[in-house]
Amino acid sequence: MANTYRVLDKVHLQDEEEFVDILEDKRHCSDLRFAFRTFSPPPYKGAPACSSAELNQAVLESQYLRYVINEVALEMGSSVEEVRDEACGIMREMSQNLQLRFIRLMGFVVRKVFKRIFSAIYVNMLQQATQECPVILMPNHRSYIDFLVVSYILFNYDIPLPVIAAGIPLAGMTIVGEMLRRSGAFFIRRAIGSDKLYWAVLSEYVRTIVRKGFAPLEFFVEGLRSRTLKSLPPKLGMMNMILEPFFKGEVYDVTLLPISISYDRVLEESLLAHELLGVPKPRESTAGLLKASRVLQENYGCMHVNFGRPLSARRLCEGKINRCQYNLTPRDLPQKPNAEAQACGSWLAHMIVRLQEEGALTSPWSLMACVLLQVPTAALTEEGLLFHQLTERTLWLRKLALDFRAHLNWPEKVPDSDVMSSTVALHRSVVYRKAGRVYLTRNDELEQKHSMEEDMMRTAAALLMLASYRNQCLHVFVRPALLALAMSVTKSTRKDELLTCFCFLQEVFSNEFVFIPGQSSQDFEEACSLLHKCKAVHVGQWEVTNSDTQPEVLSFLQELLKPFIESYQLMFRFLCEERDCVFREKDFLSGVRTLATKLIVSGELHTYEALSSDMQKNVLSSLRRLGAITKITTSQNNEYKVNKSAVRRTGDMLAGRIPPQIVQAAPDARL
Amino acid sequence: MASNSSGDESSRHQTARHRLSVIAGHLQRPTDRNAALLAVDCKAQGSQPNVNTSDRGEGRTVPRRRQEIMKWNGWGYSDSRFLFNKKGQAEFTGNRYRLSGMIIPGLKDWMEGTFGANLQHKTQATPVLNTSAVQPPTLNEAFVEELKSTGIPFSHEAEDRVFRAHGHCLHEIFALREGKIGRVPDMVVWPNCHNDVVKIVELACKHNVCLIPYGGGTSVSSALECPPEETRSIVSLDTSQMNRILWIDEKNLTAHVESGIVGQDLERLLNESGYCTGHEPDSMEFSSLGGWVATRASGMKKNIYGNIEDLVIHIKMVTPRGVIEKSCQGPRMSTGPDIHHFILGSEGTLGVVTEVTIKIRPMPEYQKYGSVVFPNFEQGVACLREVARQRCAPASIRLMDNEQFKFGHALKPQVSSIFTSFLDGLKKFYITKFKGFDPNRLCVATLLFEGPREKVLQHEKQVYDIAAKFGGLAAGEDNGQRGYMLTFVIAYLRDLGMDYYVIGESFETSVPWDRVLDICRNVKARIIRECKDKGVQFPPLSTCRVTQTYDAGACVYFYFAFNYRGLSDPVHVYEQVEHAAREEILANGGSLSHHHGVGKLRKEWMRETVSNVGVGMLKSVKDYVDPNNIFGNRNLL
Repeated sequence: MANTYRVLDKVHLQDEEEFVDILEDKRHCSDLRFAFRTFSPPPYKGAPACSSAELNQAVLESQYLRYVINEVALEMGSSVEEVRDEACGIMREMSQNLQLRFIRLMGFVVRKVFKRIFSAIYVNMLQQATQECPVILMPNHRSYIDFLVVSYILFNYDIPLPVIAAGIPLAGMTIVGEMLRRSGAFFIRRAIGSDKLYWAVLSEYVRTIVRKGFAPLEFFVEGLRSRTLKSLPPKLGMMNMILEPFFKGEVYDVTLLPISISYDRVLEESLLAHELLGVPKPRESTAGLLKASRVLQENYGCMHVNFGRPLSARRLCEGKINRCQYNLTPRDLPQKPNAEAQACGSWLAHMIVRLQEEGALTSPWSLMACVLLQVPTAALTEEGLLFHQLTERTLWLRKLALDFRAHLNWPEKVPDSDVMSSTVALHRSVVYRKAGRVYLTRNDELEQKHSMEEDMMRTAAALLMLASYRNQCLHVFVRPALLALAMSVTKSTRKDELLTCFCFLQEVFSNEFVFIPGQSSQDFEEACSLLHKCKAVHVGQWEVTNSDTQPEVLSFLQELLKPFIESYQLMFRFLCEERDCVFREKDFLSGVRTLATKLIVSGELHTYEALSSDMQKNVLSSLRRLGAITKITTSQNNEYKVNKSAVRRTGDMLAGRIPPQIVQAAPDARL
Repeated sequence: MASNSSGDESSRHQTARHRLSVIAGHLQRPTDRNAALLAVDCKAQGSQPNVNTSDRGEGRTVPRRRQEIMKWNGWGYSDSRFLFNKKGQAEFTGNRYRLSGMIIPGLKDWMEGTFGANLQHKTQATPVLNTSAVQPPTLNEAFVEELKSTGIPFSHEAEDRVFRAHGHCLHEIFALREGKIGRVPDMVVWPNCHNDVVKIVELACKHNVCLIPYGGGTSVSSALECPPEETRSIVSLDTSQMNRILWIDEKNLTAHVESGIVGQDLERLLNESGYCTGHEPDSMEFSSLGGWVATRASGMKKNIYGNIEDLVIHIKMVTPRGVIEKSCQGPRMSTGPDIHHFILGSEGTLGVVTEVTIKIRPMPEYQKYGSVVFPNFEQGVACLREVARQRCAPASIRLMDNEQFKFGHALKPQVSSIFTSFLDGLKKFYITKFKGFDPNRLCVATLLFEGPREKVLQHEKQVYDIAAKFGGLAAGEDNGQRGYMLTFVIAYLRDLGMDYYVIGESFETSVPWDRVLDICRNVKARIIRECKDKGVQFPPLSTCRVTQTYDAGACVYFYFAFNYRGLSDPVHVYEQVEHAAREEILANGGSLSHHHGVGKLRKEWMRETVSNVGVGMLKSVKDYVDPNNIFGNRNLL
């Protein structure tokens, strides 16, 4: 564990490193000249680059794939040639086709677009270390832009361009899919399930890229674009694939490079909010992309790309993995990672997410969102919030965030009032300022009369956008907030009871917030020390007690998590009140939405976040892990069986009615 | 080196002479002995201990007082060493080796460039042993009294004892150079024959004295170190005077030899009768037959002759329980687990090997060296793997990586003629410019072919054809021969390094074919990283070579050295790095040792290497054979 903290410390050191605006120095030079600049990255270990055809061939001819093909052929009763052809088909669908001239084209287009929509792209460039081992770029994933921005920066700095793991829907877009492919993207199907052949091709493809090391591999450890701008619990499939060559000694080490991309304003903001409210996401299509071109007319502020310290997988895995376990079977044969290897991969993946969080920059807007969400909705929609009040609260929060070691992106040498007003101006899609007051924007320039329902949906969309921006900085507060919550739930001051409750809350919310597995007590200690630092509590050897000097800290933190608590309780209640013990996921989502809408209108429920499909799904996963509901495996349409008493008990523990117990959650392997 | 004459009778004789000069010819030739081989009775020498007799073992290399011809704190003969002469050029002294008396112009630059060493920064070794630093012997009086009455020579002089307290691990030599002496044996005995050993072991059991067998003293596993916790009197049993070939059986092609004979003597004496064993470990000048058996040694030409376990037909070993041996000399037996395998690799923990019957072969008619340059190490390994797959490995085939290739280059002696240097230049031009080999990536394989002339030439063609498929270019006999010659002098080089703050060592492993490249890369990288982490100021030399091929894998040797200026405890740093390197080897599917043995240096890994039950089996054998731990060197377990 000492390892972790050393690594985390290093990231903090990085704060002092300068961010450079890579658009600035190039604004004068022509886009064409930029696109046709000489690009000569240093070769990897002096070996010649590997063309995509060579790569594909190496994969198809690998011992591993031949073995699996034979096995599949035997199982399916088909001929080896047929299965082989199928594997070739999968390869064709998957493989990247990195070509420098397309990079140049992309460079040209992307630069034009970036210059139009962003005021600046700040990058703290990694020192170009001589790379002795394969490099894995691991950015967080908040926007489609993420795909392009890392390649763009590497092109800018003469670093070998990455091959990028992307979701298959992108490949389906005419022209764009092919362009992405030629810029180094390879495509992975979403639900692979138990398709053995597909798994084999994919994993061998990834491993071969790592083994050959001719280009960095870029993948999103969170697996998906985060719809809520919050970190997602990492997917482990890719992580295990990239670690395997190291575990098996095929490469000396694997360098993991966490990258935090922070946006002042996310291009997809309203799209995401509507998606969360159940408006289906438009299928990725080129036509859709063209339609979306209106986003090009707006300003999206700045983007910060923070390259973290390169991490050595070897160093991090020291003592966690016994590599001798691979000595007795040929390394080419399929072998499921054992529990030790899986735990190691999971730990690393979670740590990367944590490092991405630590590297992310917290914007003033994000802090403002926290403040705004704690104001009653009616106040925002009707009478408005006094601007100076908002400023005051935000500045107070800035101090707290700094106490909690947040990585702030607060413009220096600019009066705070200017920062505040320019931020509000940038986000006029969410709030606007009128006569010294701040109101929620609800896209109703036409002043039409809307039905109650429609009105509510518009409010909900704006609030969910706000919630997403709040989520961008939740990681700064989440540990102290859970402790504050534990203090209010247990009404206890004893450290052991608080720790138990803290762990319980981590468990319940483990789909909402990412914690490194097995590190709860460190998280707890961290929470104690942060709260102690800002004088909110006294920490003794056995006790944590309220200090009266800073009461607003604890209440702010408790309030911060309230939407989660309320939404979870609502859904628990929904499940317990259902007549049937078996329900379909679809019905659950719509049922909860109806109930929540009703309660919001009646004023019983204060948060709109219960409407978010993301949170609804998280509740299901959480209950599944806690064993309160079980998925019926035979069912086609995602049916679950509820154990109502267990759900009720969880709700009671969350409300502090009964003391929490830590449920031994079953480990879940996710891709 | 090939003999160029055709295969008539006189050339056969010539071949034999050539061979002698190649393998052992760098030694001072003994005075001619015609009748070498007759069964000699064991006759106890005069009862006076410590007599410096040269009455027997005439022409044998190793005298009772080893210090007369060998260094007490370095490798090999006292008269042979590297030094930088007044002009700052490297030179190898003495006249025993082909390199002796030659100037090596490239060595200085190589040392400065590779290690950041500097001729101005020199550390002197303690020139003579300070006998007062040696603990006075703890003698078991009763044992000494009874030993005297047997007439077996013994000594408790400090010099004799110190000489037998160490092998050639870095930490052992480093300590000696600093004049630091730890626990040493309390006395040394020199049995003359099997029966002497029986008597000594009986007395040791009777008086509870600890015995540590000593053969050639070339151990690199801390096997000869006296356990510091040993409170009994420690007696070093030096077999060097048991060095006769007792008989040669020409019908079955076997020889019965006393275990103390050193490799070069065995080979030379057999050669005189037209035979050889073909067992040529790099240490063959000094290591003994008994030592080979006790450590499961491996010879460079094992592809033709086999490793020691393939060579021995019969072993006689004296244990506290009595003598163990088989009743016949059948070439193979199905009589339960082979008891030879309790003895092979027992590392002196069970008893003393006294006599061995070993296979012999007629001397090869023809010998030819060769070398192949590959564009990179990967291609070289692929070629060796193919050679092994086709089972057509020459007597020896070794692949050096790029660093070793450069090192070998640096050891080229000054060329005498302009023509040779012109030729060298031309070769270099051809390889790097015309063929496009990157001088920082290319590597070289050295080859040695042996056998009837026709077959050698045929074999040679086959191997070169395979090499060509992997981009290999034949690079001449000279390079090959120099490569093998260097294996004998390379050990001397460490002493030179130590004069200039450079310490280093080699270690080996065996590994399946598919892991060869991975283990080479990973272990070398690990060494470099560990050195950096441990505060070594200069980049280390971290290099490897593949020295043996098998059907299912290969033997890999690593060389590692660094400049330790600026470190307060260089030996400790060295040991930590070596430890890490061994961990890396094991994690990459390599074995704990291919032929150096376990000793005390590597015994912490025995359990994971052979499993709990395996250790239990070995323990129970030890407990039965030697319940009182008379053979108390504490190796292996």
